[in-house]
Amino acid sequence: MNIKHHLDEATLVSYAAGSMSQAMALVVACHISICPSCRERVSQSEAIGGILLDSLDEASISDDALDQVLACLDQEPEIDIEMIRTSKQHQPSSDLIPRPLQDCIGNSFEDIEWKRIVPGIYYYDLPFKTEKGGASRLMRIAPGKAMLPHSHDGNELTLILQGSFSDEMGRFTAGDIADLDSEIEHQPLVDSDEDCICLIATDAPLKFSTLLGKLVQPMTGF
Amino acid sequence: MDNNGSGEDVDNVVAMTQLNSSSDWSDLLQELSENKDKKIYIQLFSHFAPKVKAYIIRLGLVETTAEELMQETMLAVWRKAHMYNRSKAAASTWIFTLARNQSIDWMRKQKYPEYSLDEWIEEPDEHNHEGENLVTSDRMEKAISKLPENQAQVLYMSFFEGRSHSDISERLGIPLGSVKSRIRLASEKLKTMWRDDV
Ligand SMILES: [Zn+2]
Repeated sequence: MNIKHHLDEATLVSYAAGSMSQAMALVVACHISICPSCRERVSQSEAIGGILLDSLDEASISDDALDQVLACLDQEPEIDIEMIRTSKQHQPSSDLIPRPLQDCIGNSFEDIEWKRIVPGIYYYDLPFKTEKGGASRLMRIAPGKAMLPHSHDGNELTLILQGSFSDEMGRFTAGDIADLDSEIEHQPLVDSDEDCICLIATDAPLKFSTLLGKLVQPMTGF
Repeated sequence: MDNNGSGEDVDNVVAMTQLNSSSDWSDLLQELSENKDKKIYIQLFSHFAPKVKAYIIRLGLVETTAEELMQETMLAVWRKAHMYNRSKAAASTWIFTLARNQSIDWMRKQKYPEYSLDEWIEEPDEHNHEGENLVTSDRMEKAISKLPENQAQVLYMSFFEGRSHSDISERLGIPLGSVKSRIRLASEKLKTMWRDDV
């Protein structure tokens, strides 16, 4: 996989800090699981968390904390470490669907109950709605369809899982991530002959419906 | 209690400084990953448990919850020790991610999407990561303390208060773009120090 568009540094820090919505974190985790270079970068961001943890003044813990934990350890089943090591080694994973997403939707895009908005444009909502703002959604867009130019108030992450699109930022193919904020206005166009499937998350729910509204507009206008 | 004989004081100091750098703790955790020995575990517990609890309290959780999540985190240290790989992360980093995930799972009643620690085992080493993990926490603490205040602030708000970019932007009354560029600058500065110190 030849990945050209990566995560913004600020996005990686937010993920590492655990301060990002579930919806956004899912998209980040998906990109990281297929992109060695961002994985390396996020591990450095997590190291900042490690240093900060180490720099904290100790809180007082309950007197019997250690005893309680040790008592739990005694009830732990013995684990055969070697067995785990070897069994994890050759687990097949889908080429198209990154593992964190597989946990939500399974192994195939075909099994998803896509909802049609208009001909050629489908979506599927992921169960991350309880968040105080975030939403994530799979989109499936047929070749030649475009979104109206739009910008966002919050952050928006789009991970391409299949197919491709182009916008002012360049061409995005499978594995690429478009990590945009409010300063960028863009108009993505699906530019190859297969459906483009992408995973989108925003940290502001209103914007997400706005985006969809804009997406529907050119179609209903016909 | 401070009228101990001076000899005893020296012993105490020596005992306490035996494991004071982050790389020693990482060595110890690596030992635990190969050999689940309670003596090793107890040492790690004594050092990290009070810090983990302090972290969870800073996230805004009440004392009893923080105590409970701290214990859960420290249990996870034991359960997942076999997945630890010293060349990939310092002990403090690895334990930070466990504490982070425990806290988030509890606060959101939903698992934080992870890029799976298992992949550490599957993937062959592409680079040698030793360098960044050997930088001592002293040095990094110094580096963090040298950041301009407005950059350190956004890092603290992210890591210790769990605030999203837009949340920080509202709190500080600055545009989202400024929040992101401050975080970007802070992080890139710290990472440069990592590289240059190797
Ligand atoms: Zn990447």
